[in-house]
Amino acid sequence: MPEIRFDGLTASFAGKQVVGPLSLHIRDGEHVALVGKSGAGKSTLIRLMYQHAEQQASLIPQDLGLVNALPVFHNVFMGQLHEHSLWYNTWTLLRPFKTDRKAIAALLGQLGMEEKQWTPAASLSGGQRQRVAIGRALYRQAPLLLADEPISALDGLLAHQVMEHLVEQFPTSVVALHDVDMALKYCDRIVGIKDGLVALDAPAAELTPADIMTLY
Amino acid sequence: MLAYPTVRTSLIFLAIAIGGLLVADIAITTANPWQDLGQFFLGVATPNFFSTEGLATALLRTVAFAFVGVTLGSVFGFLLSLAYRWLPVRLFCAFIRAIHELFWALIFLQFFGFHPLTGVLAIAIPYAGIFAKVYSEIFEEADPEPGRLLPPGTNRAVAFLYAKVPDCWVQLRTYTAYRLECGLRSSAILGFVGLPTLGFYLESSFSMGMYSDAGAMLILFYVLIATMPLWVRPKLLPVFILAAPFFLGEGMPIVWGNVERFFTEDIVPAPLREGEGLAGLLPWLGDVMANEALPGIWNTVVLTQIALVATGILSLLAFPLISRHFGGPVRRTSGHVLLVIARSTPEYILAYILLQLWGPSMLPAVVALALHNGGIIGHLIGRQSSTIHLRPDAPRGFVRYSWELVPRLYRPFLAFLFYRWEIIMRETAILGILGIYTLGFYVDSSIQELRFDRAMLLILITALLNIGVDTLGRYIRRRLALQTLPTC
Repeated sequence: MPEIRFDGLTASFAGKQVVGPLSLHIRDGEHVALVGKSGAGKSTLIRLMYQHAEQQASLIPQDLGLVNALPVFHNVFMGQLHEHSLWYNTWTLLRPFKTDRKAIAALLGQLGMEEKQWTPAASLSGGQRQRVAIGRALYRQAPLLLADEPISALDGLLAHQVMEHLVEQFPTSVVALHDVDMALKYCDRIVGIKDGLVALDAPAAELTPADIMTLY
Repeated sequence: MLAYPTVRTSLIFLAIAIGGLLVADIAITTANPWQDLGQFFLGVATPNFFSTEGLATALLRTVAFAFVGVTLGSVFGFLLSLAYRWLPVRLFCAFIRAIHELFWALIFLQFFGFHPLTGVLAIAIPYAGIFAKVYSEIFEEADPEPGRLLPPGTNRAVAFLYAKVPDCWVQLRTYTAYRLECGLRSSAILGFVGLPTLGFYLESSFSMGMYSDAGAMLILFYVLIATMPLWVRPKLLPVFILAAPFFLGEGMPIVWGNVERFFTEDIVPAPLREGEGLAGLLPWLGDVMANEALPGIWNTVVLTQIALVATGILSLLAFPLISRHFGGPVRRTSGHVLLVIARSTPEYILAYILLQLWGPSMLPAVVALALHNGGIIGHLIGRQSSTIHLRPDAPRGFVRYSWELVPRLYRPFLAFLFYRWEIIMRETAILGILGIYTLGFYVDSSIQELRFDRAMLLILITALLNIGVDTLGRYIRRRLALQTLPTC
């Protein structure tokens, strides 16, 4: 896994400092939840980690980054474009191969949307779009997951299934979450961000929801 | 009112145009202009579709030249758009699109002669420059996020195919289809310099006073453009594109000696060719500038400014014709027909007809440019006005027009108008070929006198003038924070 170690990191946007100075070290095998108010700097921190990891990570950004005109299949397949040759990828754009079709159908099945494989991303609902981005991240099979509110548009049961699946599939993960119970349940380390600084950093086992609420 | 920068800018342009009118040569010089116009309309009303078989061939050639030219233009434009971030490519594209199709045709005629290649290149070259610019703008506007999320090591071509092209596809297709329509107009007017398209037959029918033949040609041309959605089908496109090169006609064979002579002798400035060296070049340049370039530039600018304001006034008057906020379906349908006719008739053909009827002056050119461009902008803002929702108790009639609609549409209207500024200037220059003293007139006369060195210099000056106006138009649009769409 690409190591993520920030020492005194700062980031500015339009002349205003939004993150840091901040020191954070993500260890191999950890599942870290980033919590905090919106605008605290979580999204910026996820972006910085992605850059720091030299893109050797599966990223689920908040705006998902789907190609709206392409069907779900191709949006997921984009996670592994680097694995194939130019002609293979170009051909897949026109007519996908059977092995890929099967693999992606199975993956979509786990996310509960197998029947949507050939629907263009533009005509999906918010929750379905979010699952396509999750599917792409899973298909990418990077050792590290960086996700920014990946389950915000999913309802109860599905949100739990997806979260469970994500921490199972990725050996290491950093997930920004606004749902405190989810964070405590699926992550083993909670990092609270307030005004661009680390305001809380503790194992999930030692925290209660009330401890986290102080950040808000 | 004067506090609004848009109003101030408009008034400045209005003042310039009025000043232009005072110095411009605006007159009707023929003895019976209205009688001629009446005869022409009578001809359109009694079209003769069967006088010659030339008509069908001309129509076929017009379509063939348009397809081959636009296809080549879009392929090369696409390739250029990939390198558009590179400044030399941008300058190159700005240069080739600043030269009008007819000027390109005049250049190629001198060494390829009446070979199909002349017509094809005359369309393909300027169109490649335009396609490169618009395609690159479309790509730039696409969401960059999917591309950023691709795994490192993804082939750049693959990244482009997956993360850019699909989301831009609809826009690329719409714009290319729109350009095909423009290509049909360009192809038609290439006939005026002797290529076997509609313009050639229109000119010969007109010069023989056969208005019914000319009318038939115009009607067929409108039908051809109006029915494009019916016959330009995605499935049929490959057939058209593959077949088109076979319907360009034979033309005349290329004499390669002419090509060589053109580049090594004809376009070399006369003093250099005759061994007078740089000492002779300055007086030569001074002569061209004083007697041809400067008068040409002056007339082109004056005419452009008058035509620009006339276009603006006409579009503001015309848009209620198709706006859903005025009148019933009958008036809107007839409004649509009127605007379709105005914008599908190339300004060159309009100017040609009006010149025949009214005699040579700037007036036919102004009216032609205003009708064509006013038709386009009137259509665009009329369509936009129909998307505006007025409150139920909104005023009616002229108050609705002046208080509710014009204030809301004025910014997009100005954006379109300044976008078309450069297009109007390019057309103004070219209308000189018809005998108005704009730059095209001097280019055409130099070519007639076989002084290609002067012609090339004048075309170069025209191109620079267009680039200048384009830059100024963009500057004004930015200053006034006006947004434009590429399809206009």
